[in-house]
Amino acid sequence: MTATTERAVGSDVRRIDGPAKVRGLAPYAFEHEVDGTAVFVALVQSTAAKGRITSIDTSAAQALTGVLAVLTHENAPRLGDVADEVVVLQSDRVQYVGEPVAAVVAETSEVARDAAARVVVTYDAQTPDVELRTDRDDLYAPEQLMAGFETDSVIGDVDAALAAAPVGVDITYETPNQHNNPIEMHATVARWDGDVLRMWDANQGPHNLVPVITEAFGITEDRLHIVSPYVGGAFGSKAYTHVHQLIAGMAAKVTGRTVKLELTRPQMFTLVGHRTPTIQRLRLGAELDGTLTAISHEVVEHTSQNAEFAEQTATATRLMYAAPARRTTHRLARLDVPAPTIMRAPGETPGMYALESAMDELAVVLGIDPVELRLRNEPDRDPERDVPFSTRNLVACLRQGAERFGWAGRDPRPGVREDGRWLVGTGVAAATYPTRRRPSAARIEAVPGKPYVVSIDASDIGTGAWTALTQIAADALRVPMDRVDLRIGDSRLPKASGAGGSTGITSWGPAIMAAAEQLADRDIPAGGLTVTGEAGPGDEAEQYSSHAFGAHFAEVRVDRDSGEVRVPRMTGVFAAGRIINSTTGRSQFLGGMTMGLSMALHEESVLDRTHGHYANHDLAEYHIAANADVGEMDISWIDEVDDLHNPLGAKGIGEIGIVGSAAAIGNAYWHATGRRVRDLPITPDKYFR
Amino acid sequence: MDNQITLRVDGADTPLTVDTRTSLLDAMRERLGATSAKKGCDHGQCGACTVLLDGRRVNSCLVLAVTAEGQEVTTSDGLATGGTPHALHDAFVDHDAYQCGYCTPGQIASAAGVLAEAARGWPSAVTEDLVADATDLTDAEIRERMSGNLCRCAAYANIVPAVAEVAVEQGVRA
Repeated sequence: MTATTERAVGSDVRRIDGPAKVRGLAPYAFEHEVDGTAVFVALVQSTAAKGRITSIDTSAAQALTGVLAVLTHENAPRLGDVADEVVVLQSDRVQYVGEPVAAVVAETSEVARDAAARVVVTYDAQTPDVELRTDRDDLYAPEQLMAGFETDSVIGDVDAALAAAPVGVDITYETPNQHNNPIEMHATVARWDGDVLRMWDANQGPHNLVPVITEAFGITEDRLHIVSPYVGGAFGSKAYTHVHQLIAGMAAKVTGRTVKLELTRPQMFTLVGHRTPTIQRLRLGAELDGTLTAISHEVVEHTSQNAEFAEQTATATRLMYAAPARRTTHRLARLDVPAPTIMRAPGETPGMYALESAMDELAVVLGIDPVELRLRNEPDRDPERDVPFSTRNLVACLRQGAERFGWAGRDPRPGVREDGRWLVGTGVAAATYPTRRRPSAARIEAVPGKPYVVSIDASDIGTGAWTALTQIAADALRVPMDRVDLRIGDSRLPKASGAGGSTGITSWGPAIMAAAEQLADRDIPAGGLTVTGEAGPGDEAEQYSSHAFGAHFAEVRVDRDSGEVRVPRMTGVFAAGRIINSTTGRSQFLGGMTMGLSMALHEESVLDRTHGHYANHDLAEYHIAANADVGEMDISWIDEVDDLHNPLGAKGIGEIGIVGSAAAIGNAYWHATGRRVRDLPITPDKYFR
Repeated sequence: MDNQITLRVDGADTPLTVDTRTSLLDAMRERLGATSAKKGCDHGQCGACTVLLDGRRVNSCLVLAVTAEGQEVTTSDGLATGGTPHALHDAFVDHDAYQCGYCTPGQIASAAGVLAEAARGWPSAVTEDLVADATDLTDAEIRERMSGNLCRCAAYANIVPAVAEVAVEQGVRA
């Protein structure tokens, strides 16, 4: 091996996939198989939220020239034993508005859509139940929450502690349904080559899809090949198998053709999940000096008839601040809605919005600076698990953020700063996100005189994994980056965990390092040498509490005539372990913070209570932050290496940026106006309530 | 109904058959295999499909292919000259003005349109001097003019300096 003195990890090297992406030449899922032989699938969706299909008339659709097949529950191939939420075209039962009830395959996309519109379906429909309320009598406690968290946690006599506290707050916050909405809509190109199913698919890790798709089609793993080198954003919606991937497989089977199924933007609101709405009651008790004596965080959220998705909304509250008495609970309402799924920092994002808003409200009642209140409640160990933190630098984030933002000397009074029509305020919130790692394997092929071929079924959904993994491999092999030829996003590569839970780097990086270790001090024979390595969790999760931390500061301006809310500047400081690439790392924090801004001011999917559908199901009505919504973004991080958790010392940075961001903006809104909006998003009309 | 047309995309003339209903975007992506312009909504709401049509930016999902015959269609890929990237390509890479890259060709085609509009003095909603000969592409101008291109990865704060850098080079930013 050639020795190199320059380390790639920690540098600011630009994305290796950048030159192809800026010209539009990096092939995303739909952009494979462009030789003109592919045919197109269009879906017919249920207009009923609940009930049974009583008839389907496909004759007008089938009469159109160019239509190859119309699949319905009456003629579609039978699927294997897959979970209820991905079962599709198998029975006359309907469980949500938008559920596919037929699929048209045609020579062109225009004919497919035309034909889909000509399928006539009648239903025996019942009135849907889609309203989340805390006074429902059917709320229930799930067995456990997502990621295996316990449903409730109780330490001490919380009610007694709250009653005895000299100062307290008791506040309910609400967050709405939200949709992931990556700009690349989910798409699958599928073809059966004999008994092998090939898919070019938009997902967060091909291996994530293998269990469901092999079960659905009754094939062994070696007969499924999923290719996904580039993915146009995901934010959770592309983590799991959804119905469209199974429909594409069925359509390809029935027609014997290469089929392309690209969801429409409105379909993105029903077929690939959403973030559950939450209603969260926060009660905090404190001494007059701000020392917390009790924390209670009770969450009500929804799930669907066809899946139990129990978001871990209050779990960040279990470790954030010290307090002797503490309680978190989660209750679900099972509604006639499409299945919820993970959306960027599921749990932490809505949960920390509520906790960090409540901390701000408590600071106001106490007359203590909100940064100082957090510093006074810093725990020295994980307060519920009673284990040490592997690293915890929240205090450094708050102090550095306050310094960079210019927090010192802030007048705490709300509603007193005016700049013409604008009311001006500032706010702060803290952030946290768990650090985890998952089992992954990597392979390295070494041939004298050629770049090392490093293979792992990792996924780059915009995170920068193409670049960061190349950096890690280069350092592990002690060669420059151009001596590494990385291969990712293919189910035939060594199995790796998906891109989710901010676990990519902590899982894939150590696997590549383990493979490289196999080559250390070995001569490469002329015929080449192939080695593999595996890495995964040890006992670090039992020994330590490992989390990234951060602090957000925001300035908010509110037009008192129109209620318009602007965010001219934000500061974010993060303590998230070793940052592999300072260019792409900064972008991850930036993207998270901005999505938090979007959550604070814009995002809300409105469920129609009568018909059960998402009424604002496109990007004209479901608003996400646009360029002009964003001002100066100041992003930095604390030097931190968490080598108690993994050999890279990294923590994962895909999600921490969004956590707490909305609370900082909400708190600044109060400081600007003197009004609290406790139900996101903070739209202009709410100023006038 | 099928129609025989010839589309000129990124300098190449290609005869093809389209449905009367085929959008310019679908003609490129589904028939020509020219996939630089992306589909993000098919409703003219996200800007991922932005191309230049005779030098002016349009959402190609809202243009019928049959109406684009005889016009010059330029995607982000077509902004490159042979193997040489456009200054916007380099600036986007250098400023990391993207993450997943899916909206990026639309952002870049749109930015090319913005630079041309500024050079001609076309005002935007935030322009103070509506009759100036040329527009100074301040950060506020760039933010406003680039707001038709959504980026869910939210690279906006990097897109602004990337466009600004090229605007300076082209003399439309002080």
